[in-house]
Amino acid sequence: MTALEDLKYTAEHEWVDADGDVATVGVTAYAAAQLGDIVYVDLPAVGDEVTAGQTVGELESTKSVGELFCPVSGEVVEVNEALSSSPEVVNSDPFGEGWLMRVRFTELPDLLDHDAYDALTGAA
Amino acid sequence: MTDIAVRPTTTGAGSGFQRRHIGTAPEAQREMLAAVGADSLDDLLGRAVPEAIAIRPDDRPSVIPPAATERQAIAELRALAAKNTVRTPLIGLGYSGTVTPAVIQRNVLENPSWYTAYTPYQPEISQGRLEALINFQTMVADLTGLTTANASMLDEATAVVEGMLLARRASKARTARFVVDADALPQTLAVLRGRAETVGIELVQADLEADGLPEGDLFGVLVQYPGASGRVWDPSDVIAAAKSRGALAVVAADLLAMTLLAAPGDLGADVAVGTSQRFGVPMAFGGPHAGYMAVRKGLERQLPGRLVGLSVDAEGAPAYRLSLQAREQHIRREKATSNICTAQVLLAVMASMYAVYHGPAGLKRIAEDVHATASRAASLLRAAGARVREGAFFDTVLVDVDDADVVLAAAREQGLWLRRADATTVGIAFDETTGDGVVDVLVRLLGRPHDTPPAFVAGGAATLPVPLLRTSEYLTHPVFSSFHSETGMMRYLKYLADLDYALDRGMIPLGSCTMKLNAATEMAAVTWPEFADLHPFAPAEDVAGSLELIGQLEAWLAELTGYEAVSLQPNAGSQGELAGLLAIRGYHRANGDEQRTVCLIPSSAHGTNAASAVLAGLSVVVVACDELGNVDLADLRAKIAQHADSLAALMITYPSTHGVYEHEVRAVTDAVHAAGGQVYIDGANLNALLGRARFGDFGGDVSHLNLHKTFCIPHGGGGPGVGPVAAKAHLAPHLPSHPMAQRGDPRAPFEPGRFGGSPVSAAPFGSPGILPISWAYVRMMGADGLQAATDAAVLAANYVAVRLQDAFPVLYRGDGGFVAHECILDLRPMTEATGVTVDDVAKRLVDHGFHAPTMSFPVPGTLMVEPTESEDLGEIDRFVTAMLAIRAEADRVGAGEWPVDDNPLRGAPHTAHAVSSSTWDRPYSREIAAYPFEAAAGAGRQRAVRGKYWPPVRRIDQAYGDRNLVCACPPPEAFA
Repeated sequence: MTALEDLKYTAEHEWVDADGDVATVGVTAYAAAQLGDIVYVDLPAVGDEVTAGQTVGELESTKSVGELFCPVSGEVVEVNEALSSSPEVVNSDPFGEGWLMRVRFTELPDLLDHDAYDALTGAA
Repeated sequence: MTDIAVRPTTTGAGSGFQRRHIGTAPEAQREMLAAVGADSLDDLLGRAVPEAIAIRPDDRPSVIPPAATERQAIAELRALAAKNTVRTPLIGLGYSGTVTPAVIQRNVLENPSWYTAYTPYQPEISQGRLEALINFQTMVADLTGLTTANASMLDEATAVVEGMLLARRASKARTARFVVDADALPQTLAVLRGRAETVGIELVQADLEADGLPEGDLFGVLVQYPGASGRVWDPSDVIAAAKSRGALAVVAADLLAMTLLAAPGDLGADVAVGTSQRFGVPMAFGGPHAGYMAVRKGLERQLPGRLVGLSVDAEGAPAYRLSLQAREQHIRREKATSNICTAQVLLAVMASMYAVYHGPAGLKRIAEDVHATASRAASLLRAAGARVREGAFFDTVLVDVDDADVVLAAAREQGLWLRRADATTVGIAFDETTGDGVVDVLVRLLGRPHDTPPAFVAGGAATLPVPLLRTSEYLTHPVFSSFHSETGMMRYLKYLADLDYALDRGMIPLGSCTMKLNAATEMAAVTWPEFADLHPFAPAEDVAGSLELIGQLEAWLAELTGYEAVSLQPNAGSQGELAGLLAIRGYHRANGDEQRTVCLIPSSAHGTNAASAVLAGLSVVVVACDELGNVDLADLRAKIAQHADSLAALMITYPSTHGVYEHEVRAVTDAVHAAGGQVYIDGANLNALLGRARFGDFGGDVSHLNLHKTFCIPHGGGGPGVGPVAAKAHLAPHLPSHPMAQRGDPRAPFEPGRFGGSPVSAAPFGSPGILPISWAYVRMMGADGLQAATDAAVLAANYVAVRLQDAFPVLYRGDGGFVAHECILDLRPMTEATGVTVDDVAKRLVDHGFHAPTMSFPVPGTLMVEPTESEDLGEIDRFVTAMLAIRAEADRVGAGEWPVDDNPLRGAPHTAHAVSSSTWDRPYSREIAAYPFEAAAGAGRQRAVRGKYWPPVRRIDQAYGDRNLVCACPPPEAFA
C-alpha cells in the first residue's frame, strides 16, 4: 500500500494510486467519516469506458448518498467485489481494503497532492 | 353555497369547539405572551408577519360560515350523508365491496393509538405499526409470489406509474417505449398517459392476450391480471417475450384473486402492483386505500416509498425500522427514485390485519365464495338468455346488451350499480358482500323474458383455467394463523398499539409536520356507510351529498389561501406538488412557451420539491439561501437572469422551511413574475398563516395544502394524507381532471370544478373518505377560529424558543425577532462541547415520555420544534423541562462526570427490561435511566411516573438493517 503522503487526491475526496497505467481509486477517510455508516456501494461494471469527472457510482450511508466521480479517464479493469457484502470496509479501511475500483488510463490528469488535500479539508 | 354570506363574529374566548381545539386557555396565553415580550396576540402576529403580506380587514363576504358547535356540525354532516344513496356496488374496476371486520374497525380505524401516530421515523417508539407493516409487506410478497414488498403505495394507478418508472430505471433496454395492456383499468390508463407524456415515455397500447407482445423495443410491459374486463388468461409468454428483449414485466394483480391464481412471481413478473382495498378497507368514494408494490430479488433498491426492515437494537434484540431511507427524496432530492414520501399506513395496517384475522385458508374461502357467486351468476344469466362474454374470469363478467345506459338505469332502480363498459356492454363485478338476491335481480334485469330458466345450473371453480391455478404456498408465517378469534385479534391489536407512541400519549412536536388534535367529532363521519360505502365511479345522482361537501370544502380552502380553484384529487402532498407543477407546465405550453422548463428551488427546500419537479418534466436549478436562511435575493436575480427564457417556476415554502416569515417574499415573487415565471408556494407551513396572510395575495400562483397537517386529518402512522392543489384562475384549466368524474366536463370551458389537466390519482376526488374531517374542522372553527389557531400555534413556538434559547440557540428568527409556528434549536454547540448528539437527545426524550422533534431537517445537527395550537401550557412546559434536563445531563457529560459513550443520553432509550436486569453496570443509576423526571412535582409527576411510556426496544442500529436487508416477517426463532 502506498503511503498516504504519496497518493494523489481530488477535491471530491477521492484518492488515486497510480501504478503504471492502472489507477486504484478510493475515497478518503474524511469522506467516509462525512458519509457515516456506509451500507451500500454501487460501482461501475468491469469494462466500462469512463471519463474523468463522470459520475460512475454511489456510496450510500444510512443518512446520505455520496456520488463517486471518476478521477481519470480510461477503462474500468477491476472493482472491489468484496464491498457488495461488506460495505463497512470503506469506513474501517478507506485507504486499504476499502478501495473501490481500478481504471486503466492513458494520461493522469492534474490531481492534488497530500498537502493540498489536507489544506482543502482543513486538516493541515 | 356561495350565498352563505354571514360575517364571522369575534367572540373573544372562542366558540365551544375552538376552546376544545386550542390547548392554551386565555390566561395561559397571557403568561406565554409575557414570556415572549408581546402585549397581545395581535401585537405578536403584527410583529412576526411582514406587514406587506398581512391580510387587511375588509368587508368582503366570507363563504366560511360562523363556527358551528360539535352537535351542529354532526347534524349537518348527517344531512349531507342523507343526500348520498348507497346501492350494491357491482362496478368493480379495482374497487370492491368488502366486510371490514368489526374488531379491526373499532380497534384500528377508530382508535387514536393507530390513527394519531406519525410516520415511524423514531423506530424505537413505533414497533407496533412497524410490525403491522412488515406483516403487510409479507402478505403482499407472498400473494404476489415476489421477494420484497414496500409498506404501501398511494393507490393502484400511481403504483402502476411507479412500476413503469422503476422498469425504466432498471431496464437495460435503451428505449422510451412502455407497452400497456389494453385491458388495464381505465383510470390507470388515464393516469399513466399523463405521467408518461410528461417524462418522455411513449405508451404503446396492445391487446396482449389476442396479439401478444407488439414488435419493437420496449423497457417494460404492464399486464392487468385479471383484466378490467374480468378475463383471466396466462400472461407468462408475454412476460417471457418482454424479458427476452431486456424489458421488465409489471403485473397489476388483484390480491384476492391471487389466493386462487398463479402469482405474478410464479409467472415470471419482475414487479407486481395493485391495491389492497378489498382486504377490509371501505371503498369510501375512492379512498384512502393502500396500494402496493412488490419486486423480485435484485430490485429492492429500486422500490419507491417506505420499506420496513429488520435490524437489531443496542442489546442485539430484533427490532424494526424503515430501511434504505437514502433512496428517498428527502436525501436524493432531484435524483430520487420517486417523489412519493408517505405510504397509506393506516389502511395498510387494516389490510394486513384482515389477512391476519382470516388467515390463508380464510382468504382462500372468501375468494372461492366470490368466484362461486360470479360463476353462478354467469351460468344463470346465460341460461336466462343474457349474452355473457365467453372466457375465464375470477369475479367480473361483461354482458352484451342493446343499450347500456338503459340497463344501467334499470339496475339503479333495482338498487344496483353496474359498470358502463361501452354503449352496448355492461360490466358486473362480484365481491364478498354480494348477496344471493343480487344474482336473482340481475337475471330478471338481463335475461330474456321468454326464455325459461333451467331447473338446475352448475356453477363453481371450473371457470378458472387449470394451468393457472395457484400451487405455491402463501401466508405460511405463524402470524397469519395465530389470531383468528376475536379475543385473540383484539389483544394482538392492543399489544401492538401499546408498543407505540401516538398523540394519545403526549405531544409530538415535529417541525413541519403539524401534529395537532384530530378531534373525535371530526372523525365521526369517516365510517358512516353513506360515505364509506360509495364506489368512486357511482353515478352523480347517488353521490350528491359527497359532491356538496367537496364543493364547500374547495370553496373554503380557496378563500383561506387566496386562490380561485381547488382540486382535492391529489392523495398526498407530493401528488399535490406534482399536480401544481404540471399545471404550471401545462400553462406555459398552452402559451407556446414550451422552452420554459427550469424550476428554481432554494437550497433550504424540502427534498420532495425537487423530486416532484423532475417528475413534472422540469429541470431543477438550486437558489442559494443567506445566513439567515432566507432566499438569497442576489442569487435569485442572477439565476433568473441566467435562465430568463427558460424560467418556468420558483418553488418556495412559506413560512420558509427554517420556520420564519421571510420579509422579502414579495420581492421574491415579483422578480419571478417579472421574468415570466410562475410562483409555486409549498403549503406545508400553512398552519402559520391561516387568517393572517394568503398565498394568493402575496404572489402565489399555485400551492398544495396538506390537509393532514393544517386541516386535522390524522397522520395515520404514516398516511393517509390529502394534498389538494389550489391555484389562480389562469392555472385552473390545467389542474387535474378525471375521465370518470361525476362533476365537470373536461372539454367544457373553465368553471370551478372543471379542470383539464391529466389525473394524478386513481379516483376523481382522491381520498374523499377522510374529507369530512377537514370539513368538520373548518365548520366548527369558523374563519375567526382558524385565525385563533394560527395565533396560538405561533405563540406556542415563540414561547418554546424563548424558554429554550439559553440552553439551545434558536437558529433563525424573522426580522421582528420572532419565529413562525416552529423553531429550530441548534444543538451543534452542545455537541461540540459535550459530544452529545442530536440522536442522543431525541432518544433521551423517549425516556421523558416524548416523541422527538424533527431531527436534522432542514439543518443537520438541529431539532425543529412545532408545538401546534392544540397542546396546552402544561404539556409545553413538560417538554421545556425535559429539554432543560437533557441539557443539564449533557453538561455533566461535557464536564467529564460521565463518559461520552456511556451516559443516560447515549444509553437512551431505556427499556423496562434493561433497567430491571439483575446486572447494571452503567455509571448512572437505574432511576436516572428510567425516571429522569422524578424531580418534577404535583399531579403531573404522578401521571408521568405511573403512566410512564416504556419503549419496547433499545436504540436501533440503522446501518445493520441496511447492510442485512430483511423486509418480511422474521421467523419466531429470531425473537428467542
